[in-house]
Amino acid sequence: MKARQQRMLAVGLAVTGLAIAAGLTLRAFKDNMMFFVSVSEVIAGEYPHERNFRVGGLVVEGSIERADGSLDVRFLVTDLRCEMPVEYTGVLPDLFREGQGVVAHGRMEQNVFIADEVLAKHDENYMAPEVAESMAKHVEDKTAALRESGTECLTG
Amino acid sequence: MWTFFHKMASPPHFFRVAKTLIPWLAIPGYALLAYGVFAGLFLAPADYQQKDAFRIIYVHVPAAYLSMMAYMIMAIAGGIGLIWRMKLAHAVAASAAPIGVTFTFLALATGSIWGRPMWGTWWEWGDPRLMSELILLFLYIGYIALRSAIDDTAKADKASAVLALVGAINVPIIHFSVEWWSSLHQGPTLVREGGPAMDPAMLYPLLAMIFGSSLVFGSMLLRRIRAEVLRRERRTRWVKELVLSPGGRR
Repeated sequence: MKARQQRMLAVGLAVTGLAIAAGLTLRAFKDNMMFFVSVSEVIAGEYPHERNFRVGGLVVEGSIERADGSLDVRFLVTDLRCEMPVEYTGVLPDLFREGQGVVAHGRMEQNVFIADEVLAKHDENYMAPEVAESMAKHVEDKTAALRESGTECLTG
Repeated sequence: MWTFFHKMASPPHFFRVAKTLIPWLAIPGYALLAYGVFAGLFLAPADYQQKDAFRIIYVHVPAAYLSMMAYMIMAIAGGIGLIWRMKLAHAVAASAAPIGVTFTFLALATGSIWGRPMWGTWWEWGDPRLMSELILLFLYIGYIALRSAIDDTAKADKASAVLALVGAINVPIIHFSVEWWSSLHQGPTLVREGGPAMDPAMLYPLLAMIFGSSLVFGSMLLRRIRAEVLRRERRTRWVKELVLSPGGRR
């Protein structure tokens, strides 16, 4: 084998080995790499109990309740399978609205998620307002359908 | 075919070819950028949910794309330099790093400015997309620091090529971070199943910005490589002849 081919083999093997090592490491730490857990996971009890964590989902249509004269807000988040209540006091991002993705940071207390931070998550779709109007029904229908179907996940 | 590569690998030949190539990249590149900026700011409709704030995408996406592209060029050139002992490849890698780190910083900065009004935060520690892009910034900084820490060019080339190759694993991680793990960052808009999820009137300016900045990046890279080649070959006859020739420093 020529010296050049040896170097090629060495570089090739080293890069492949590193890729496999990185892949295995990331797999092992998969749960720690998650920025937020889903609503279903929280309902199933698969969340860190002893520390604060983040939960992500869509704000359920028609679920936002604001207390008069304060910044208190209560809403339901869903992952289109399960839903759970979130309570938060503070300023919400502009994008926060029904049917919109949110990521809340906080802790669980008696089946209610007490958030100290609520962030809005937007999706990868970009379109003009006129186009969006005709499609907006879609998300509404999805969260509404969930409410009506009353899946086994629903908790108060 | 091979003679073409061997010729390109010769520094004086590359030095000349690069010079003629630069305007062919730079002129259409800047023209595309001019169209992209105008169309992105004035012709594209406002987004249905992000309104006019979405327009930062026209800087953010090209910057993020080039931050990864420059790193891949750096790593592949470093690998070619290691395997084929090609000096020009190391010059390419060394030249790509400062441009790459600039685009990485730009991607992080524009992302942060975008995140504040849309997500409600400048920065979130632990988000996989944000973290992997930040690691890319550190890789570039480490690469540049390593190069400048070793005086011997041949040794610096080897050591930094190894670092670039090791760090290359981060590039696919950045790209797939939003698919493998949950993230505040949106999923891919352009490279996805079923085609780009974007209004064509918004999409064309974005594509113009991406291709335009890639061409400008190419022209900047060639300029830097030319300077790097001159520095590395400063003791050779062809550089001396070049400098001493009438109308020299060409």
